[in-house]
Amino acid sequence: MRSPDSSSPLWKDEFSVNTADERYVTRRQFSKFLVLTSTAMFVGQLWILVKSWFAPEAGALPKQVIARRDEVDIGEVKLFAYPTEADHCILVRTAEDKYVAYSQKCTHLSCAVYYSRASNKLECPCHKGFFAVDDGRVLAGPPTRPLPQILLETRGDQLIAAGIQGA
Amino acid sequence: MGYDPAKLPPQVRGLNAITGAMSLIAILLIVQIWLLTATLESYLAGRHGAALPAAIISGVIFLFCFGLYRFVNSIDRKVR
Repeated sequence: MRSPDSSSPLWKDEFSVNTADERYVTRRQFSKFLVLTSTAMFVGQLWILVKSWFAPEAGALPKQVIARRDEVDIGEVKLFAYPTEADHCILVRTAEDKYVAYSQKCTHLSCAVYYSRASNKLECPCHKGFFAVDDGRVLAGPPTRPLPQILLETRGDQLIAAGIQGA
Repeated sequence: MGYDPAKLPPQVRGLNAITGAMSLIAILLIVQIWLLTATLESYLAGRHGAALPAAIISGVIFLFCFGLYRFVNSIDRKVR
């Protein structure tokens, strides 16, 4: 409450912080900000840890029909999901009797790779990662590991996914 | 006539200690940020083995930062 004998004007009581001091950050406040950021980093690490724990375990994978042999022309692709609906894969017919299939998830940061017929490579558009279409090895760019290869079997005119190599 | 930190006024010594502790917190924070990005990159690449050790190291760094923060507060209170 304002005392009757106060010499300072009323507005100074109402606006007690100077404009110049308004953005002043004390060392204590700055340290608190740094420690809160450190807390956020730690929480992020815990989040990754929890996500890792709930990731599906690798086990025997089911066999799944993914295409008919005549369904894909030479140099063409077919996208499919294997072993779960969330695991997108790409099938490429590279020659008359040669089919290859890979996980579509780039081993760098999980962008979807696509097949470039012009360069005959699998390309990741996000960071320009290039993979060989023959075996999925890294040709250029930031990825360090080859693309996981889908093992293929043929039964009559059907192409069957029978497992994953290098997952 | 040499430089003797013990003869400095308590406020100056306290300020030096606080500045040093804050610098250390900032450096540790940079390490923690790098650790998080490296772990995330590894996780997104399908490798989950790094998650546990990285979380433990990050937790230790966080505890150390928190200790330094308390140190900054206590020194600040003492020399004020």
